[in-house]
Amino acid sequence: MGKDKEKELMTGGEILVKCLEEQGVDIVFGYPGGAILPVYDALYDADIRHILTRHEQGAAHAADGYARASGRPGVCLATSGPGATNLVTGIATAAMDSVPLVAFTGQVPTSLIGRDAFQEANITGITMPITKHNFLVKDVRQLARTVKEAFHIATTGRPGPVLVDLPRDVTASKIPYEDPGPIRLRGYRPPREGNPVQVKRAVALMVQAERPVIYAGGGVISSGASEELRLLAEKLLAPVTTTLMGLGAFPGDHPLSLGMLGMHGTKYANYAVSACDLLIAIGARFDDRVTGKVESFAPEAKIIHIDIDAAEIGKNVRVDVPIVGDVKLVLRQILEILDARPNPAWQEKVARLKKEYPLTYKENGLKPQAVVRGIYEVTGGKARITTEVGQNQMWAAQFYTFTRPRTFISSGGLGTMGFGFPAAIGVQVACPDEIVFDIAGDGSIQMNIQELATAVNYELPVNVAILNNGYLGMVRQWQELFYNRRYAYTELLNPDFVKLAEAYGAEGILVEKPAEIRPALEQAIASPKPVFIDFHIDREENVMPMVPPGEAIHKMLG
Amino acid sequence: MRRTFSVLVENHPGVLARVAGLFSRRGYNIESLAVSHTEDPTISRMTIVAEGDEAVLEQVAKQLRKLIDVIKVQDVTAEEHVERELALIKVNADATARGEIIQIVEIFRAHIVDIGRRTLIIEITGDEKKIDAFEEAMRPFGIREVVRTGKIAMLRGSKVTSVTVKEDE
Repeated sequence: MGKDKEKELMTGGEILVKCLEEQGVDIVFGYPGGAILPVYDALYDADIRHILTRHEQGAAHAADGYARASGRPGVCLATSGPGATNLVTGIATAAMDSVPLVAFTGQVPTSLIGRDAFQEANITGITMPITKHNFLVKDVRQLARTVKEAFHIATTGRPGPVLVDLPRDVTASKIPYEDPGPIRLRGYRPPREGNPVQVKRAVALMVQAERPVIYAGGGVISSGASEELRLLAEKLLAPVTTTLMGLGAFPGDHPLSLGMLGMHGTKYANYAVSACDLLIAIGARFDDRVTGKVESFAPEAKIIHIDIDAAEIGKNVRVDVPIVGDVKLVLRQILEILDARPNPAWQEKVARLKKEYPLTYKENGLKPQAVVRGIYEVTGGKARITTEVGQNQMWAAQFYTFTRPRTFISSGGLGTMGFGFPAAIGVQVACPDEIVFDIAGDGSIQMNIQELATAVNYELPVNVAILNNGYLGMVRQWQELFYNRRYAYTELLNPDFVKLAEAYGAEGILVEKPAEIRPALEQAIASPKPVFIDFHIDREENVMPMVPPGEAIHKMLG
Repeated sequence: MRRTFSVLVENHPGVLARVAGLFSRRGYNIESLAVSHTEDPTISRMTIVAEGDEAVLEQVAKQLRKLIDVIKVQDVTAEEHVERELALIKVNADATARGEIIQIVEIFRAHIVDIGRRTLIIEITGDEKKIDAFEEAMRPFGIREVVRTGKIAMLRGSKVTSVTVKEDE
C-alpha cells in the first residue's frame, strides 16, 4: 500500500510534462539550464520531441513559426535569468502578432526569489506588458491548473503569448498528481458571436454601399475564416485588400484581390481604399503602417469594424458600426442575412486601377523582385514563406502571390529582424513535407544565424534566400529618400555566406546573374540539407511604391 | 474629463502592477487609486480616477477589461453614487490659533485625532471638494503635512458593483 502511494508521487517536472501531453503538445523548442533541470529530466523519458536551438530567442521564434504555420500553440522552454530574458524579443513578437505561444521558464527556488540569486530575473515582471497573461507558480499543487489556464488563455479569444515561470523547488518537489478539474477564469470571457443588432446595421450598410472595400487582417487567419471572407467578397463584389498579417487570408490570384495596402501596398489597393464609400475592416487593427495619415484614411467611407478584441475598436479610427466577436462566426451571421446588390461598375473601376497601376520593377541586373517571383514560380506558389524584416519582407509581400492562409509568416507588428530563420525552422517542423523558404536580407539573417546548427542537427531542409545588397537596405532606402543619402552605418561587411553554410554542414549557393536564379532555387529545393542561397542583388534597389511616413496613403512615391 | 472606475480584480499578487503598468505604458493618467479587500476575500476592489478625453477613457475601460485578473470594470461617474476621500492634515496650532481651528473643524464635521504641543492632526472625510475647501481653510495657519487617500465610491440605492450579487440577479 505504501509502495503504491509512492508510485503515484510525481515531480513538478513530470506533472508539467503530463499536462503538456494532455494539451496535445508533441513538440517543444528550448534550451536547458540549471533552474529548469527538473523539467528537462522529465522530458528525457517523455514522448514529446524537443528541438534544441542554439539561442533561446531562436526557440521562441521557432515555436512562434510552428504556431503560425499549424494553428496549434507553440511551446518554448528556457532556464531562469538570461535564458528567460533571451525569450523576451520572441514573446514580444508573438504578442504584437497575436500568436498563441506558451513559454515556460525556470526560476530560482522560491526561497531565493527577490534576493538577486544567481541567474535570477523577474521574468513575470519583465514580460507583463508583452504577454496576454503570465504566471509565477509558487506551489506545485497549483501547477497543473496553471498549465491548463495558460493554454486556454493563449489559444482562445484574441490569441497571444502566455509565460509560466517555474521555480526550481516547484518542479523538483513531489506530490501525488491530481486532475485540476475545469478551469475557472471569471475575468476572462472571450466573445463569440457578434451582437445581432450590430450585425443587422452592418448588413444594412453593405446593402447600401456602392463602392465597398474589404480590409482584412491577421484575425481572419487566426479565426480560420478565409472561406467566409471569400463568400462575403464574392457576394458583395467587394475588392479585398489585406494587411501584411492578412496575406494569404484571401487568394492573391482572385480577381477581387487588391493585394496589400498601406506604406508599401499596391497603388490600386491604396486608391481603392481612398475612394471607397464603405470600408469593412475584418480582424485588422488600423496600424499606422496601414493608415498612413489617419485623418485622410478612407475619407469618404463609413467603417464597419469586426474584431474579437473590443479594445481594438475605436483605438485608432472612429468606427460607424463596431462588431465585437469571432470573425468567422460574425461573418457567418452576416452571410446568413445578407441580400447583396453588387455594383459591377465599381468592380470594373477597380479592375481598371489594377491594370493601370501594376506592381513593377526594372529587369536590369539581379533584382530581388525577380528572386521572389522565381521562388513563387519554381514552387508553384506552394511554399511556406517566412521573412526577416525590411526590404526583403516587403518584396516577399509584394511579389509572391499568397493564396492560402498560414503560408506567409512574418513579424508584422514588432518588426523583428532575425525572426524569419528560426521561424522557418518551426514551420518546417510543423510542415515536414512542404517546401519552406526564409526570404532574408544580409543584415537580418545574421541576427539568428546560429540556428543553422539547429537546422543541420535536426535535418530540417529549410531554404534561405538571402537578398544580399551589402546594406541594411530599408534603413538605407529611408536615408536615400529622407536623409539626403547620408548612409550612416548602414553598409555591411558580410561573411562569405556560402562558406559559412558549408562550415555548419549546410549547403551554400552563390547567385550573381538573373539566369542563375531558377537553377539555384531548383538545386536548393532538391537538396535534403538546409541551403543558403546568397543572391547578390542590385545594391540600391528600393521598395516601391512607398507612402512617406505620416502622409495620406494615396500619395505614393514610385 | 475625469471618470471614476470601480474595478474588481482577483486578489492575486502582482495585480496592482498589472493595472499600474497598463496605465503607464499606454500613457493614461491616474488621478487617484485606492485598493482594498471586498466582502469576498478572493476579490479586491480598485477605485481608479482617470483623466483624459472621451476616447482615451473608453480605451482605459476596455484595456482594463482585457487584463485576465480584472473581473469587472464599472464606470460609476454617470451613475448616482457616493464618493469619499479621507485626509489627515497636520497643522500648526499654537495657543492663539487653536480656538479658531477647532471652530473650523466643527463646521466641517472633521475630527482632531492628535494634539501636539505646537500642532494638531485633523481627520476629515468627504468628497474631494469638501477636503479641498478644508485644506484651504487650514492653509493660513500653516499646514505641515497632508496625507490623502485615493477616492472610493459606491452606487446609491440597492445597486451594487460586486460580481457575486450580479450573477445572482
